[in-house]
Amino acid sequence: MPPLEMPLLEYDGLRVELPGTARPILDGVTLSVAAGEAVALVGESGSGKSVTARAALGLLPSGARTGGQVRVDGTDLVGADAARLRAVRTGVASMIFQDPRAGINPVRRVGDFLTESLRLVGGRTRAEAEARALELLTAVGLPDPARHLRQYPHQLSGGMLQRVMIAGALTADPQLLLCDEPTTALDVTTQAEIMAVLGQLQRDRGLGLLLITHDLDLAAATCDRIYVMYAGRIVETGTAADLLAIPRHPYTAGLLGSSPPLEGTPGRLTPIPGAPLSLAEAASGCAFFARCRFAQPGRCDLTPPVLTSPVLTPPVPTLPVPAPAAPTLVACHRADELIEENR
Amino acid sequence: MTADPDLLLQVDGLRKTYPGDGAPVVAVDDLSFSLRPGGALGIVGESGSGKTTTARMLVGLERPDQGQILVQGTPLVARARGRVARLARAKAVQIVFQDPYLSLDARRTIGATLDGVLRLHGSASPARTRELLAQVGLGDREAAALPRELSGGQRQRAAIARALAVEPAVLVLDEAVSALDVSVQAQVLNLLSDIRRDTGIGLVFVSHDLAVVRYVCDEALVMYRGRTVEHRPVADLLATPRHPYTRLLLASVPHPGWNPEAIGLQRRELAALQAPLLLPVDAGGGR
Repeated sequence: MPPLEMPLLEYDGLRVELPGTARPILDGVTLSVAAGEAVALVGESGSGKSVTARAALGLLPSGARTGGQVRVDGTDLVGADAARLRAVRTGVASMIFQDPRAGINPVRRVGDFLTESLRLVGGRTRAEAEARALELLTAVGLPDPARHLRQYPHQLSGGMLQRVMIAGALTADPQLLLCDEPTTALDVTTQAEIMAVLGQLQRDRGLGLLLITHDLDLAAATCDRIYVMYAGRIVETGTAADLLAIPRHPYTAGLLGSSPPLEGTPGRLTPIPGAPLSLAEAASGCAFFARCRFAQPGRCDLTPPVLTSPVLTPPVPTLPVPAPAAPTLVACHRADELIEENR
Repeated sequence: MTADPDLLLQVDGLRKTYPGDGAPVVAVDDLSFSLRPGGALGIVGESGSGKTTTARMLVGLERPDQGQILVQGTPLVARARGRVARLARAKAVQIVFQDPYLSLDARRTIGATLDGVLRLHGSASPARTRELLAQVGLGDREAAALPRELSGGQRQRAAIARALAVEPAVLVLDEAVSALDVSVQAQVLNLLSDIRRDTGIGLVFVSHDLAVVRYVCDEALVMYRGRTVEHRPVADLLATPRHPYTRLLLASVPHPGWNPEAIGLQRRELAALQAPLLLPVDAGGGR
């Protein structure tokens, strides 16, 4: 899709630092989501992907020092006052989380949960709010919406309750849906159904979707573009197809080499040695230096690599190369030298 | 079932019910399989399929209502009484859980935990502790650390070392790699295949992840609502899945060109099909 003049969601060099940590939680995160676009942010635990998602609602860790901008529909949320945050949260952006049970009052009915904000914020009457809640539950594919409105959260399965949470996120009639590991706690078949609902919403309502996930395969199967995050920095971004076919960053290549395939000859996995950088560990240069098998001491550990467009394109003689829908950017000092090694 | 001491594990007609509202809930029904030395069986299913109940029965944390578990031809004692019986059961089957904190003492260093297990089984020595740590890729620094001072992957390696210290005939892994980051998960998966190669230990690998089961195991058993719906060599099962539920599981794995909308449809078809394919579990009141 051609980029619009103003993306729905735009991070511009977002930096979040907490006192008492050796490195920033987020270090210059630049990312955008256009209306109707599905974008994935992929990273391991502690990479900062959830902090990034929350920043789109102006939810930053308390006591954090921040820099850069997060613009939602043109409004910068870093340092925004309560009224502007409220306007964004109740009308532009909504979020769903990994554990649907943590976000709903267990002693109140599903109907109360859904109609509360419709009445309080949307100014609807009880009857109007109930009619709207019924519509939303139908939209997320629940089999018997009228009955579910009268049920309590414990009477619904995890997958059904996650649909209720999506319906709840839709009560604000948002343009942007932030999904933080929405299917991680669910079975694979239920995951497929939830992703189908999110895909439909994205297409039918033109929602912008930011999917936060640790699962590169899920991201590639459901999103147009992918950002890969490591230790608070975006290390690579591009279209899902490009990223999977030609990973440019050794970390992306390492993630791909770490998941056992379902097809083909099962060779031995090539895991990334070591563990992700904790907040107590600082990195002078590239944050992936200690785990990277291509790291060059005296080069990679001196300055952090900047996210740039790689100069060289890899030789792919068998494939006609169409103009990429989104340029690939990579933050690696050796990206151009490693085209063959990473494949 | 005839006891065969050459088989590491023989499971026959296992059934477990839990009290529910009214009728008891059948968690596992008529489960049978066996494991050769060095074999690895993957048990695959969704939440509620009975796979974790199975794992817990194999280590004696749950008592089956019916059926039998033989380890190297000897029945697994459901309630071991006395030191000798308890040690013998520990040597038969060990388990590694999803959460390594469940099998590590939070207040003891990894080295002390291993040492304690070795001492119980009469084989304690600093050399043996180091050997176990090396087997799972840990060193002296990790041996001196408390569980909370280690990363998730290191903790899970420590839990595996603790289980291996007993030198069990069978190692049960209940979603043991599910909580790990993918780069760390790959390290533990390689470790498991090394352990398989280097020892004759039998693995029962409980997981929801077909790709991971394919990597570690040579046979897979698919459970659905407590019943075994398919049990075949992994390669065959993935190439030509026979049961609609196995096909649904495979189709649910995200891949390029994935169509998640077709899954919901397939699932509803399965629900409609289920009656002829699966006998009602409470029909006839058991075996």
